[in-house]
Amino acid sequence: MKIDIILSGVGGQGILSIAAVIGQAALENKHYMKQSEVHGMSQRGGDVQANLRISDKPIFSDLIPLQQADLILSLEPMEALRYMPYVKEAGWIVTNETPFKNISNYPNEADIEDEIKKHKNHILINIDEIAKEVGSARTANMVLLGAALPFLSLPEEDIEDAISAIFEKKGEEIIKLNIKALRAGSEISRNILNK
Amino acid sequence: MQNLLLLGDEAIAQGAIDGGISGVYAYPGTPSTEITTYIQETTDKREIRSDWSVNEKTAMEAAMGLSYVGKRALVCMKHVGLNVAADAFINAAITGINGGIVVLVADDPSMHSSQNEQDSRFYGKFALIPILEPSNQQEAYDMAYTGFELSEKLGYPILMRITTRLAHSRSGIIRKPQKQQRPISLPTNRKQFILLPAIARQRYSALLAAQSEFEEQANNSLYNEYIDGVNKKMGIIACGLTFNYLMENFPNGCEYPIVKIGQYPLPRKKIERLIDECESILVIEDGYPLVEELLKGYTGKGIQVKGKLDGTLPRQGELNPNNVGQAFGFTLEKDITIPEVVKMRPPSLCKGCGHIDLYESLVKVLKDYPTARVFSDIGCYTLGALPPYTAIDTCLDMGASITMAKGAADGGLHPSVAVIGDSTFTHSGITGLIDCVNDNSNVTIIIVDNETTAMTGGQTSSGTGKLEAICQAVGVDENHIHVCEPLKKNIDYIVQLIKKEISYTGVSVIIPRRECIQTLKRKKK
Repeated sequence: MKIDIILSGVGGQGILSIAAVIGQAALENKHYMKQSEVHGMSQRGGDVQANLRISDKPIFSDLIPLQQADLILSLEPMEALRYMPYVKEAGWIVTNETPFKNISNYPNEADIEDEIKKHKNHILINIDEIAKEVGSARTANMVLLGAALPFLSLPEEDIEDAISAIFEKKGEEIIKLNIKALRAGSEISRNILNK
Repeated sequence: MQNLLLLGDEAIAQGAIDGGISGVYAYPGTPSTEITTYIQETTDKREIRSDWSVNEKTAMEAAMGLSYVGKRALVCMKHVGLNVAADAFINAAITGINGGIVVLVADDPSMHSSQNEQDSRFYGKFALIPILEPSNQQEAYDMAYTGFELSEKLGYPILMRITTRLAHSRSGIIRKPQKQQRPISLPTNRKQFILLPAIARQRYSALLAAQSEFEEQANNSLYNEYIDGVNKKMGIIACGLTFNYLMENFPNGCEYPIVKIGQYPLPRKKIERLIDECESILVIEDGYPLVEELLKGYTGKGIQVKGKLDGTLPRQGELNPNNVGQAFGFTLEKDITIPEVVKMRPPSLCKGCGHIDLYESLVKVLKDYPTARVFSDIGCYTLGALPPYTAIDTCLDMGASITMAKGAADGGLHPSVAVIGDSTFTHSGITGLIDCVNDNSNVTIIIVDNETTAMTGGQTSSGTGKLEAICQAVGVDENHIHVCEPLKKNIDYIVQLIKKEISYTGVSVIIPRRECIQTLKRKKK
């Protein structure tokens, strides 16, 4: 078992919480893992990414080599494309379709979508909308994590346990909401895959 | 024991806690900040002293005081912080230590959040002390855990060098049993710490004599491993984290002999064996080509040494699995680039940030003064260099805004404006302000006070609540110290205030004060 994931988004969107949940679940499963994150200046609204590597054998590099990522998981569509040089030809792109526009020259949304569709294995989801349906826009990152579940080779219960552990301090309600978001995301991507 | 998921920084913090430190001394700086934050969050302050220091020099000196009384101290900073602490750091190698000291310095090749990519190993070599350089999170933990004992055994501070990639990458860590803190025990030789020339000469002589022991330690260190290989056409020296990039390229084992380096000075016996057995040498090191230059020498004669100097590896930026692979001729079949539709997304000031209102005011003022220049400093407000503000003209080092504005004013520039943050002001701005006062320099100094050290994530700021008092105390005329609140509705007022102080010939200080929007949000949660 070996999976290399690039998580991407814009500083402040919460990609590190996704990484933390997957990491916790991987460790519970006695897997090796390395997770390289971005801290510092970029967190002020710049592009941010995390490299997450999980394996049943020891992992050397903290960074994923070019063209070796199994999955790009992105909270923002243009940010998914930024890591195209890293994804395998047979790898997947799972991304939010809602843009985060904090630059004046943000490209045409249709052009971004076309570019994502050029990669055979992709799932585009309106994460923000589903998060709102679930009950809070702030669960967007857990919806996205849910959508990635079919690719993670980690038991869904363990991901849910990890959510409970990580959000423990925030109370039962927040945990329930996040798990609901996770399940909603998972259902949508499974429906797309089964088509 | 428990498998903890920790950042490299946190692994070092946990290693130091378990290694029996009595205190950590640090000033925030990416990528080193999380070490001290972790200690603050996981230990009781009465057990381990952990508040932020005003700058890296006071941190290093206070750590020396803790060491003087026999206790173990960790000092943390980013690479450029060591420039600030250098006076104390270099001389600490002359005095030596009593309680163990590990000076943790986090370098930032690729300048993810920095002004340069200086390589702290040169400082270790300069100070003539041992250096530890972990290759992964577990080694980072282990080195921090045993580093204080190594320091005490040798009698000198230890420099531990990491880079951003390890600092900010998480992995599972196995802890070791926690060691007791050391009791107070004063130095037996009361002259040890008095660097009068006569004593300093003796101490320097002792430091020089200790070099062979440092080398012997490195020869026997578990962190300096000779890993034999069948193909002797090339021998590889891989320093710190780069060992992983090397092995990533050889998933089934590397055919070339490798010396994996984790402790300096270089393990001479192992390096000599590699040179004797192999036809050429490849040096892989993140940062500057320190080891490569040593082996190559000035003439470059002798065994062929490849690395950053001959272009086998890139001279600039951090190494990664791909550029290390290229040193072996491994290339990708297809070249895939970032699609053209993707635009740059640089960092920017947060929505609602007080710096925005200040810069909008300042830009309005400066329209009327085409010769004006704004000397700025290091912090979130450095982002004022970018559009739509393009409001600042310089950013050199911590504190240079005030002193550069002073020098420019000395040279006849008017208006000469400085923009500096509250934490940067206490870090290194106060001394420059005294220079301004003593010369009655014609400068307008704006201390943007968001009551925190914001860029590194909102650590406490040493000057909070004291800025006006500090300015007055160093001699700024109280009639020319103004506090205002940077809000949209106050922009006209701030514009007038800045104009008024620009027209005053002498030192003015304007303090726009409004809490950082990020720390405010966190408090509300």
